[in-house]
Amino acid sequence: MTSGTVLTGSYFDSVALMAAAVQLRKLPGVQDVALVMATATNKAILHSAGMLLPSFAGAKDEDLLVAVIADNGDAAAAALGAVDDALRGGGPSLPPDAPRTLHGGVAALPSASLALISVAGRFAADEALDALRLGLHVMIFSDNVPLEREVELKHLARNRGLLLMGPDCGSAIINGAPLGFANVVRRGSVGIVAASGTGLQEVSTIVSNQGAGISQALGTGGRDTLREVGGIMFLEALRLLTDDAATAVIVLIAKAPDTEVVPLISRAARRSDKPVVTAFLGVSHDGPGPWAFSATTLEEAGIAAATLAKGDDVSAIPQILAARRSEMKAIAASIRPSLAPSQRFVRGLFSGGTLRGEAASIMMPLVGSFAGDLRRSASAERASAPRGGMHSLVDLGADEFTVGRPHPMIDYSLRCRRLVQEARDPGVAVILMDVVLGYGAHPDPAGELAPAIQDAQRIASEGGRTLPIVVSVTGTAADPQRLPSVQDALREAGAVVAPSNAAASYLAATIAAGRDA
Amino acid sequence: MSTELFDRPLSVVNVGIPWFCDGIRAAGAEAIQVDWRPPALPPNVMAAFARHAERITAANQEAVSRILSARPRLVTLGRALDLIPGMTPDTILHAGPPIAWPRMCGPMQGAVMGALLYERRAGTVEEARDLAASGAIRFSPCHDHASVGPMAGIISASMPVFVVRNDEVGAQAFCTMNEGLGKVLRYGAYSPEVIQRLDWMADLLFPVLAEAVKALGGIDLRAIIAQALHMGDEVHNRNRAATSLFLRILAPAIVETAARDAAAEVLRFIDGNDHFFLNLSMASCKVSLDSARGIPSSSVVVAMARNGTEFGVQASGTGSAWFTAPAPVPDALFFPGFSKADANPDIGDSAITETAGLGGFAIAAAPAIVQFVGGAARDAVGYTLAMYEITAAEHTAYRIPGLDFRGTPVGIDLVKVARTGLQPFIDTGVAHREPGIGQVGAGVVRAPIEPFLAAARALAFALEPTLKES
Repeated sequence: MTSGTVLTGSYFDSVALMAAAVQLRKLPGVQDVALVMATATNKAILHSAGMLLPSFAGAKDEDLLVAVIADNGDAAAAALGAVDDALRGGGPSLPPDAPRTLHGGVAALPSASLALISVAGRFAADEALDALRLGLHVMIFSDNVPLEREVELKHLARNRGLLLMGPDCGSAIINGAPLGFANVVRRGSVGIVAASGTGLQEVSTIVSNQGAGISQALGTGGRDTLREVGGIMFLEALRLLTDDAATAVIVLIAKAPDTEVVPLISRAARRSDKPVVTAFLGVSHDGPGPWAFSATTLEEAGIAAATLAKGDDVSAIPQILAARRSEMKAIAASIRPSLAPSQRFVRGLFSGGTLRGEAASIMMPLVGSFAGDLRRSASAERASAPRGGMHSLVDLGADEFTVGRPHPMIDYSLRCRRLVQEARDPGVAVILMDVVLGYGAHPDPAGELAPAIQDAQRIASEGGRTLPIVVSVTGTAADPQRLPSVQDALREAGAVVAPSNAAASYLAATIAAGRDA
Repeated sequence: MSTELFDRPLSVVNVGIPWFCDGIRAAGAEAIQVDWRPPALPPNVMAAFARHAERITAANQEAVSRILSARPRLVTLGRALDLIPGMTPDTILHAGPPIAWPRMCGPMQGAVMGALLYERRAGTVEEARDLAASGAIRFSPCHDHASVGPMAGIISASMPVFVVRNDEVGAQAFCTMNEGLGKVLRYGAYSPEVIQRLDWMADLLFPVLAEAVKALGGIDLRAIIAQALHMGDEVHNRNRAATSLFLRILAPAIVETAARDAAAEVLRFIDGNDHFFLNLSMASCKVSLDSARGIPSSSVVVAMARNGTEFGVQASGTGSAWFTAPAPVPDALFFPGFSKADANPDIGDSAITETAGLGGFAIAAAPAIVQFVGGAARDAVGYTLAMYEITAAEHTAYRIPGLDFRGTPVGIDLVKVARTGLQPFIDTGVAHREPGIGQVGAGVVRAPIEPFLAAARALAFALEPTLKES
């Protein structure tokens, strides 16, 4: 049953709301809890999640909506009764004299060079405008900023010689400092421009783990390479890296950049005498650009950049990739015989949209089509229900799944639940998951996933099946979670750990396809 | 695009998710967390401010430059009826926004009755109450007559007043002399001892001070305030240093111009009243802020005042309109035997000091009174620092030693109040809710935000008459 309440005129930061929701979801008999401010966007999301109650209709932006799905009325009432306490407990306390505005922040920290903005999207553009007027470079982590505001801000930034990363820029590394969701990578000579946050994380960690390092990793937000924005900041970031003495190799990452924008990027790249590696994902053919290497996956891009940075020849790259594929094929061959004939399908449970995209592009040629776009489903819970008879790759970081709950990189509960559900399906051949480490991400992902992996494999085994669970971990040994520890713990729980998302995708597809690809 | 971003250590202002600071700091870079809140007005109104940002900023610069260049000087003393514009024998001026007799709080009604007894318009308390309620007396805010009054703020026709002149523009402001603590008219007391003291002030204190000020050729109040801030005053709840400085300047002139006994009596009275300077501080602030009135598009607040029932705000760009909300009851330290239950809602024109960047806005300069704000000097610093976020400028004459002589935050900006939801912070005295009892405590109060939001909204509609109510 679904029940809820409206708390009028009580603003809470979304982070506090998420923390409170996580706490409430742990109560007995409670299936799901959404705590969101009553904006039109949030109401639409609640609606699509089947959690929009009639009593929410009159609520205004500054009201707080609480929706609870529980086994019974008592559990729901208990959860609603605990909302106040949960909200009070949420969020770290600030010193009483913490500045209340960007201006106050700059007054207190006169050396400030960059504003990192992660307030709700409808407020983010005004904050960014203030930051630019104060002469600060800006990273807007927030999403839901109107496109026309993005264009306006980026024009202003360019005119003032400032960098404006975002909106929806999840990750960056500047002067070695991780911004937003980012990893602790070696410093080095590879500079990254990325219109994708997880793309930036995957490539920067691969470069670092290959023994090379990152000079600067700049994000632009996913929309920068759309026609409407015209790659304004992508081009500015590329120019910054071209001029940066510490950068020797440049990697450009974008999901399906617009056909009008790609030539602009080519022209700018031509002006650089540094080798440029591209990973324009979802572009079948990006033309004979001035690229040192044109990668089709993030893994290729990372390996290529590391190879170039170390002064090795690019001709070595295909061999490195081929070696990795043979390794994956060998693992697939050892797993494949233990599968039952019914086990034919891949189920991908992703936290990173770009990683899901990379997986799809690698797997499509091997396994054929996937279940349709799950975003259109009326209910997130229904969308996330097992789908027999098809391959599917779900991005649990999509809006429908993150209503009133933290991103799956922070909160593994939905993924764990879904993992156990999939294990009951005799048609599932292999489960594929990404785990993203670094600042911003969950402090102990293996601790969250390990029990669910064990449960899933036990359930499959009770059904007379072996269930391979393939996991890739985006991270480094220097991340707070420590890559080797996470990998070991996942292996110990029963997962097969692949060296990259691309390798994991290839491995999972090879297992499911049942043939050497 | 410049590459200076890469050439110096990264230093981040983090607005939003607090734990983003962790990774930045772990990498050895600097980060500061902003305790951000959403704007207190709807997006369409905030967008109007953004569209007119340059116009507003220019108007505000004009407003604060007038406030900062004001040179308040005590030039003389005189009778209210002779000096205050619009004053008549039947007029009684009061603190705060306009209010009619029936809605006045206890202490204000008490002070009005006391004034009518003092004016000999009534012989008894009952007669005074009947006269006040009869409609024969015209009540009007001090602020509408170039005047200010602490607490009840009552000024009647024959009361002597200080005349503070802003030499920069020639304008004047008026305020009564401070009676001291205990049972006093401004806290609503009207017993015979109250009236006797007022009589003494008119008969002896007034002529002695008037002669001395005349002999001195006036007294520079801006210089006294600037020095007092370096000596632990914020010239609202603490005036000990300013009163001492005032007395130092005045004493020789009093001795030279007054009879020996009268001189001793006056000097002893001023010395015994730490708050004697408060009324001069208020008049200085009033005359400075009045010079910034009526600048189109300016979002600078020119008056915050309370009548014990309502809290009122006036802004430069919104004409003579008062924007009001119910006055809050202060958080206070109460005198023995009293509690918050006895407290009247906030009252008085003394918030003019905060409006001018003093009082609660300068509390970092007054460590001696930090028990009002939590007991630690650090708390006081925090309150002052927060006020920089809602003000248009830093004072060029009034500076705070403990903040490395940073100018006090001055010129409350309606737009910034709306943007941050941050309420102005006011030092205040607390009156008993019943007339005739007097002061029961002192403390601090946050201004209610509604009048500022209403004023901001009015300004937005003045800037854009076609703006739609969301």
